[in-house]
Amino acid sequence: MTVSHKLPPNPDPVLNVEITPALVEKHGILPEEYEKIVAGLGREPTLTELGIFSVMWSEHCSYKNSRPLLKGFPTEKARDDQPYGKVLVKAGEENAGVIDIGEGWGICFKIESHNHPSAVEPFEGAATGVGGIIRDIFTMGARPVLLTNSLRFGDLRSATVRRLFRGVVGGIAHYGNCMGIPTVGGDVYFDPCYEGNPLVNALCLGVLRHDQIKRGAASGVGNPVFYVGASTGRDGLGGASFASRELTEESQADRPAVQKGDPFMEKLLMEACLEMMDVPGLVVGIQDMGAAGLTCSSCETAARGNAGIEIELDRVPQRETGMNSYEIMLSESQERMLVIVQKGREREIEAIFEKWDLHAEQVGEVTEGDRMVVKQHGVTVADIPAKLLTDEGPVYERESREPGYLSETRNWDPEHLGQPGEAALREALPRLLAVPSVASKRWIYQQYDHMVMANTVVEPGSDAAVVRLPLGRSEKYVAIANDCNGRYCYLNPYRGGLIAMVECLRNLACSGAVPLAMTDNLNFGNPYKPEVFYTMKESVRGLAEACRAFDVPVVGGNVSLYNENQKGAVDPTPVVSVAGLIEDPNHITRGFCRAAGERLILLGGLPDELGGSTYLELCHGLKTGDAPRVDLEAEKRLHEFVRGRIRDGRVAAAHDLAEGGLLVALAEMLFGEVTLGAEITLREVPDGARLDALLYGESQGRVILAVDADVEREVVDAAHAAGVPAATVGTVRDKPELSVTCAGRAGPWTWSVVELRSAWERAIPEAMRLPGLPE
Amino acid sequence: MKAAVIQFPGSNCDRDAVHAFDDVLGHPARLVWHKETSLGDAELVVLPGGFSFGDYLRCGAIARFSPIMAAVSEFARRGGVVIGICNGFQILCEAGLLPGALIRNECLEFRCRTVVLRVEDAGPCFNRGDLGDTLRIPVAHGEGNYRIDGDGLAALRRNGQILFRYASGGSAGDPARENPNGSIDDIAGIRNEQGNIFGMMPHPERAVESFHPSRDGIPVLKAVLRTAQDAARVKV
Repeated sequence: MTVSHKLPPNPDPVLNVEITPALVEKHGILPEEYEKIVAGLGREPTLTELGIFSVMWSEHCSYKNSRPLLKGFPTEKARDDQPYGKVLVKAGEENAGVIDIGEGWGICFKIESHNHPSAVEPFEGAATGVGGIIRDIFTMGARPVLLTNSLRFGDLRSATVRRLFRGVVGGIAHYGNCMGIPTVGGDVYFDPCYEGNPLVNALCLGVLRHDQIKRGAASGVGNPVFYVGASTGRDGLGGASFASRELTEESQADRPAVQKGDPFMEKLLMEACLEMMDVPGLVVGIQDMGAAGLTCSSCETAARGNAGIEIELDRVPQRETGMNSYEIMLSESQERMLVIVQKGREREIEAIFEKWDLHAEQVGEVTEGDRMVVKQHGVTVADIPAKLLTDEGPVYERESREPGYLSETRNWDPEHLGQPGEAALREALPRLLAVPSVASKRWIYQQYDHMVMANTVVEPGSDAAVVRLPLGRSEKYVAIANDCNGRYCYLNPYRGGLIAMVECLRNLACSGAVPLAMTDNLNFGNPYKPEVFYTMKESVRGLAEACRAFDVPVVGGNVSLYNENQKGAVDPTPVVSVAGLIEDPNHITRGFCRAAGERLILLGGLPDELGGSTYLELCHGLKTGDAPRVDLEAEKRLHEFVRGRIRDGRVAAAHDLAEGGLLVALAEMLFGEVTLGAEITLREVPDGARLDALLYGESQGRVILAVDADVEREVVDAAHAAGVPAATVGTVRDKPELSVTCAGRAGPWTWSVVELRSAWERAIPEAMRLPGLPE
Repeated sequence: MKAAVIQFPGSNCDRDAVHAFDDVLGHPARLVWHKETSLGDAELVVLPGGFSFGDYLRCGAIARFSPIMAAVSEFARRGGVVIGICNGFQILCEAGLLPGALIRNECLEFRCRTVVLRVEDAGPCFNRGDLGDTLRIPVAHGEGNYRIDGDGLAALRRNGQILFRYASGGSAGDPARENPNGSIDDIAGIRNEQGNIFGMMPHPERAVESFHPSRDGIPVLKAVLRTAQDAARVKV
């Protein structure tokens, strides 16, 4: 390691200031972190260097407060006797993880948040969130084939929330549609806790051959470093640090920290990069300039390659004149990449980028040693050991304390509510179907091109989306679902984590898929608050335990902290998304009944819990109770059983019980291409059982199958043999009427399915037409 | 029939079109980069969907200046068959190869869903006898609201130039309304007066396989191919 000496004055006199404690604090760097910087450099940093540390050591880039927790996740598959599913690129190694899907092919996927930018500037914030995650995927050498997203907003009765919701959906549509990558699914919840701090998590999945996997490493001393894509401007300055602070009234003034997206530019960049990466041996390493832009891409590639890197800022394409080194290094202008090319082959990359009318400028080279050196106008403006920025940043084990409210909510007893009357139980169903978190999401997904690429098999609205993967001469199918009920995590963070994962896996099982791997987006409040850290720790413990139980490795993800508004932290929201594989198209299954006469079989037993239910919140205004129980072994038996019957060709439709419970799930199954009806009889309801918990409780581990009448007995018997509780609960009818009887207890209740469907379909469009100015 | 699918930098249904013609229908199709100046031995030209140049200004407004467009115009002038799908339709209108214009959807939002189209009698190959009364085909666009002046519309009707209409039913604002964009006279696709240039907002290439919302795109693409075959025969 070379001895550090004081750097010469920066060419821009504005930057030649004394580094005061106030300046350090303004950069979000703690005094002890600053000491670490001085020790690592052997001198005081320059202002440019301080800016570089502030973004690289921000939570967004360094995971300093979450890294110890993430170590609990399994990153590899325990079983290695499967024909596919091996993790080829593990979490944290590269921009995104890669999983083998057999025959020499792999998928690459990851989810990432853009919460804070979307809170301040919803359209551009969400759009650039999509752009960022797409770059993470094609950087790996994969062609992106689908997008999904997980969104959380406040109550739609607020005009501000509607503005954010409309803006976010519009921004996602704008970017994904122009890129020509179908947005095929996701999940959306509305809860007052997200007011002012919406969650916008975007996922991209790509497909590639094993030999196409690219690494973000700078190696080979003397290899040229190219900057490709859009020019650098002053937008998005310090976005990574912005994302690592709480939102306040003043955050609106941070709008310059929000980037502006140009999906057309990204489309060009993606096509050019994929073309370039297809040339054998041309690309040595590649990394996108996302959070922390040029800073992050150059020091991370150097650190991964165990090399040094030298960047000459005069050669960086610039959108504005007079940008200084601080601005160029911290800009988060979108649609840019750093590429390390095999020396002597510069002309090849230049030709490809000329074809696509894009910049490809050599801005530096890989050097000996371990330092990231940045020069401008011939003057060294930053000189930092690359690994000090990436691997040797601070890591904290935060203090954790159980939130006080938990002892109260956990011990809540439904007996306080009294027994509901039959009329109240009947009225609840159409109202529940009209709760925006439960209602049809067509208002959203009709704005997304979910069919481009012509490979979408199961469109948004079913349990999981399914997309065909063309793999040379053969083809397979990938299923994907996103999940996380923040209310469960609020009431029991550990169980909430378990449920997020098992529900996602249940959705995949219902669509006929075998789970491959998981990516997560941990959305929490300020980790310095011990109560917040507790919810994070417990949620992660739940997720990790479910991952191990199902042998589903975590291949990457994102942590978004400081999600708070004036009222406090958002509900703990560890969003998970699991990708699964379907090899035979005949096994692709939807959640909609197909014809009259089909028998409906409830697997998993009658629901009996009310805690954390949508019903409780809607009909009693209560966000309380314990989250539903989870029995991992029973879940595993259930999923295997459902997949097995699907493979035997016995299942017409499969749908899992989730928000709203049994009746909502049954009603949703009737909302297919043709609106159907059903006659339901629930038998053997225990004498003391609460009917509200039976009809609307959200007990886990439940699936409803629709099967042809002639295989009903066989399926029920097989379930019993497999240790899965099963009972036929009814029959599908042509007449669009739902009738439900609790044998010997109550009912029949009847509803017009046309009316139920109308309530379900109209809820969000009507909420969006509510009067009131947008601000 | 050899099809040339023009690839503008922001085209994103180009591969889907090649797949539909080549793999599904068995007619060789190849991509032709927009900076090319020749169509080679193409017997049919397809302008695919997408966002040709980002379309931040007006959809297709820049694409019509691409070098290949001179060759496309010349090909059409000599009677060659050209079909524009979605963005391709927008480009053909901008290039003056088809009458009228496509503006922002009436709802001001992008719309992606499968719609029911009523087939109109628009001459050989494109009529109810060949295609049936209705077709179910996906749309996906933000600017598919077809506009034309009164005389122009009268001419389209008089000459049988309207290929498809969004099936009637539903009023404005009704989510079930078939017309997704508010286009005049529910127009979903048209042809030029000579009958060799076609434009449509719906995506037939997204309705050709068993798992697609329908396979109604196949008869539409076959009608285009038959028209191209007839045109080639006339030339010989």
